[in-house]
Amino acid sequence: MRNIRFKTTATLAGGIATLAAAPALAAGAEISVTIPQLKVAEYHRPYVAIWIEPKAAGAVRNVAVWYDVDMKNNEGTKWLRDIRGWWRKTGRTLTMPVNGVSGATKAPGTHKIASPLAGLAPGSYELVVEAAREVGGREVVRVPFSWPAKAPATAKAAGTAELGAVSIALKP
Amino acid sequence: MRRLLTLAPVLAALASAAFVVAPAQAHRQWMLPSATVLSGENVWVTVDAAVSNDLFYFEHVPMRLEGIVATAPDGTPAKIENGATGKYRSVFDVQLTQKGTYKIASVNDGVFAGYKLNGEQKRWRGKAEEFASAIPAGATDVNVSQVAGRNEIYVTNGAPTETVRKATGRGLELVSGTHPNDLVSGEEATFGFALDGKPAANIEVTVVPGGIRYRDQLNEMKLKTDAEGNLKVTWPEAGMYWLEAEFSDDKTSVPQAKQRRVSYVTTLEVLAP
Repeated sequence: MRNIRFKTTATLAGGIATLAAAPALAAGAEISVTIPQLKVAEYHRPYVAIWIEPKAAGAVRNVAVWYDVDMKNNEGTKWLRDIRGWWRKTGRTLTMPVNGVSGATKAPGTHKIASPLAGLAPGSYELVVEAAREVGGREVVRVPFSWPAKAPATAKAAGTAELGAVSIALKP
Repeated sequence: MRRLLTLAPVLAALASAAFVVAPAQAHRQWMLPSATVLSGENVWVTVDAAVSNDLFYFEHVPMRLEGIVATAPDGTPAKIENGATGKYRSVFDVQLTQKGTYKIASVNDGVFAGYKLNGEQKRWRGKAEEFASAIPAGATDVNVSQVAGRNEIYVTNGAPTETVRKATGRGLELVSGTHPNDLVSGEEATFGFALDGKPAANIEVTVVPGGIRYRDQLNEMKLKTDAEGNLKVTWPEAGMYWLEAEFSDDKTSVPQAKQRRVSYVTTLEVLAP
């Protein structure tokens, strides 16, 4: 069993803190990811990886990885390879947890992440969100965007099964 | 009428051992790991090892556990644990305590000989180093043959590494190119083969996808390495694939052996994009 059924207060507080840390940005992006409510007999919050990759070859920027970060002996890392696109692209070279990237799994709903995109070179990118759910499926949603944005712009896409709407709102 | 001992029963007996001596039409030998791409802190793989017709169901004889060696990413031996041999398969576990790529291999560098002594047909099998004293004086009709067989799989904990892929210099080996644990359907992989440490040019290689039981066509891919020993494969779909190369040459290490049978087998896991 991957998830701890009864979350501690500390984890909840951490979760709320992340949600609250999304005020209006001077410049950068606000990323929004919706995890759908699913009617299944055995529901587990999905493992989700969010990253930005350049269209051309180049380094990938990890934004967030939501997994069972609180399990003892780091046991939650056993299933990171199930986020298989992320794992192959960048995850397998990382030592988790990574400060500022790792976080607990999220409940169904819309979650926002502010990202200043500091130091992101001009070019074409894709925001990639991948979700893998225990005893469930796996889905990838890609949202192309250009950086820097000359005017505020929002790019969006949506999954059909394990992910809902995904968007990136850019501020120049 | 005196019954001569033909080679066929010898082959049949040896096929159930770790030796890969059977001709190309006979059963397939394979190891099937529970995963090839792994993450986590307490990482284990379980491997099925069998000789069978099907890919990848076990329905004939188990592969023998003796001679299966696991090598850790730093080149040191890793333990084969919880080994068991049943009717149709052997199974064992390997704990991947290091990050990187492990190799699990069964290598057969064997010699077998048939000869006549005092009117009786005899046979001998063993290592090349032991052969000098194998054939007794007075033996006639001595027929010696060598085997350089390799059956290996790779599994990776974390990011793939290359140390265990270095050529040992004996037989046919997969030593360069696309990492075997970095395969995705729809992508082309390039595999570099070496024979006795040198590029294995113009070797015929067969690749068969698993799941034979559930389709009509075998869908095998008949490929060939180029002059540099490289082979290109584009995977039609995700799943486990069996890859085999088999041929005879005369590059024996025992001078009495006229022929060497070289073989290479691996199981490759291809993931979906």
